[in-house]
Amino acid sequence: MIELEHVSKTFPGQDVAAVGDLTFTIPEGESVVLVGPSGCGKTTTLKMINRLIEPTGGTITVAGRDVAQMEAHELRRGIGYVIQQIGLFPHRTIRDNIATVPKLLGWEKKRIQARVLELTDLVDLSEDMLTRYPSELSGGQRQRVGVARALAADPPVLLMDEPFGAVDPIVRTRLQDELVSLQARLNKTIVLVTHDIDEAIKLGDRVALLNIGGVLEQYAPPEELLRDPANAFVADFLGTDRGIKRLSLVPISQINLDPGPVLPRSAPVAEAREMMRRYQIDWAVVGGDGRIEGWFTENDIAGHDTLDRVHLLPFQTKLAATDSLQQALDAVISSHTAVAAVFDGERYLGMVTSEEISREIIE
Amino acid sequence: MIGLAQTQAQGVFRWDWIGRNIDAIWDRTVEHVVLTVVAVSVGLVISTVLSLIIVRYRKTYTPITWTTGILYTIPSLAALAFLVPITGLSHLTAEIVLVSYTLLILIRNIVAGIDGVPQDVLEAARGMGYTRRRRFIEIELPLALPVIVAGIRIAAVTVIGLVTVTSLIGLGGYGFFILRGLSLFYSPIGTTQILVGTALSVLLAVVVDVSLALTERALTPWARRKAPA
Ligand SMILES: Nc1ncnc2c1ncn2[C@@H]1O[C@H](COP(=O)(O)OP(=O)(O)OP(=O)(O)O)[C@@H](O)[C@H]1O
Ligand SMILES: [Mg+2]
Repeated sequence: MIELEHVSKTFPGQDVAAVGDLTFTIPEGESVVLVGPSGCGKTTTLKMINRLIEPTGGTITVAGRDVAQMEAHELRRGIGYVIQQIGLFPHRTIRDNIATVPKLLGWEKKRIQARVLELTDLVDLSEDMLTRYPSELSGGQRQRVGVARALAADPPVLLMDEPFGAVDPIVRTRLQDELVSLQARLNKTIVLVTHDIDEAIKLGDRVALLNIGGVLEQYAPPEELLRDPANAFVADFLGTDRGIKRLSLVPISQINLDPGPVLPRSAPVAEAREMMRRYQIDWAVVGGDGRIEGWFTENDIAGHDTLDRVHLLPFQTKLAATDSLQQALDAVISSHTAVAAVFDGERYLGMVTSEEISREIIE
Repeated sequence: MIGLAQTQAQGVFRWDWIGRNIDAIWDRTVEHVVLTVVAVSVGLVISTVLSLIIVRYRKTYTPITWTTGILYTIPSLAALAFLVPITGLSHLTAEIVLVSYTLLILIRNIVAGIDGVPQDVLEAARGMGYTRRRRFIEIELPLALPVIVAGIRIAAVTVIGLVTVTSLIGLGGYGFFILRGLSLFYSPIGTTQILVGTALSVLLAVVVDVSLALTERALTPWARRKAPA
């Protein structure tokens, strides 16, 4: 746990504070993303935690200990640190780069060796890269080495300043996904700085939205931030599409599902026509009792008495109740029927419709 | 024609002189090398100390480079003439003069080398928990090495040339032959000595420069390998 209490920083020779009076708590094992416009004090706040910048006021505690009372280098060896420019040591091999902090801590050779291999695996690098120098890696690979180096001594806390800012969008997305899965396994207390709100939403258990002067405008889980912005600044920063952004954070199980135009096999064709009229569509589904078999169109039933022998089409997209509304929207938009079937395992739960999704966006 | 030229060349350059003076040549080689090595080593120690002061206290950069700059511009002959009454016809006199010429070059390169260490690398090192001292020794110094060695190469080559001047106080390495050659009024034997002294001095400079360059290559394998694109 990291606690900031009335923390402030005024740089020498400046009359406005870079960070005015900041108080918030980062819970153990959670990832908190600091986000906000350029110059709002994100980096300053982050660097005050590992004392690369000394605060001019207030106190910061990490795991209950006041950082100001600790030796700066001791403190830093217990905190992983990743920066945008990565800052790998160009004169050291990848192996030695990763081993930096364990060496500083005086670990035994064998233990360091084993740890390096473990981390190489963890961040998905290949072992033959270990003997290379940083200049011999791609940007994305270097960033992975940067993360591995920060994690080397297994610090409980990880500070990251725009860690994916310098790589291209495709690599960035992949590294973000990797961080999410890494965090799911490691449960570090992570403080990450970005100015990209989408990255904040994706990576943060909580998002701290800062304004110029280090003013904390809102501190909330991403979903709450998007659903209920505290003020106009927050709403403005999130953008007009915040409703759509939120879809990726809300599971389908949160909204009402339509039972759907479902009929048993034995149903007469007239009943199917009635159902289609009611739904104002030209198709219906055969199923019942938590199962569905497939769907058919109005044309398919011409000449039949019941649905018994009607040719059924399989559902292309099956959604799980745990999938996000964004995935549901994707499925609905790209499906022939403008709805998507939702399942809990094999059990049919109902249909998600574009009406329900847009109701959720507007809310 | 060719025969004539050869006769003339043989007349001017006395190969037999080399054979008769091989011991003296060896002694002067040792002297030349020792004067150079001592001068560059002492220069390096002094420059390192002064550079550390500069890196720590930036304001000292101008006064230090200004002072060593003046030392650099004093004609070596004048410096010798000035020192002999104080320190005599000694090795000390020679070394003071030689060392004073290395300082400006070495300090400029050491400071430039340390300044050239990328900011992000330094920040990462600090963030990882390096103490100031360890960071300097393990990160800054190795990264500054190519620029520092470049300075040592220039300093060494400069000193090797300058050593000949100290022949005026009875030292001089190969300069001894040049001085004696001059005193023989360009007689064949005199010319031979001037040519041998000059050629060996140049050869020594080249050998030292190349060896330092190779040493640097061996010490900085990381600087050679390049990205696979
Ligand atoms: N070393 C410094 N000396 C003086 N002022 C500084 C220093 N570092 C930062 N500042 C100022 O403090 C304010 C906050 O800077 P900070 O680097 O924390 O911003 P940031 O939120 O990280 O911005 P960005 O998104 O552009 O990285 C800025 O106005 C900046 O100019
Ligand atoms: Mg910043």
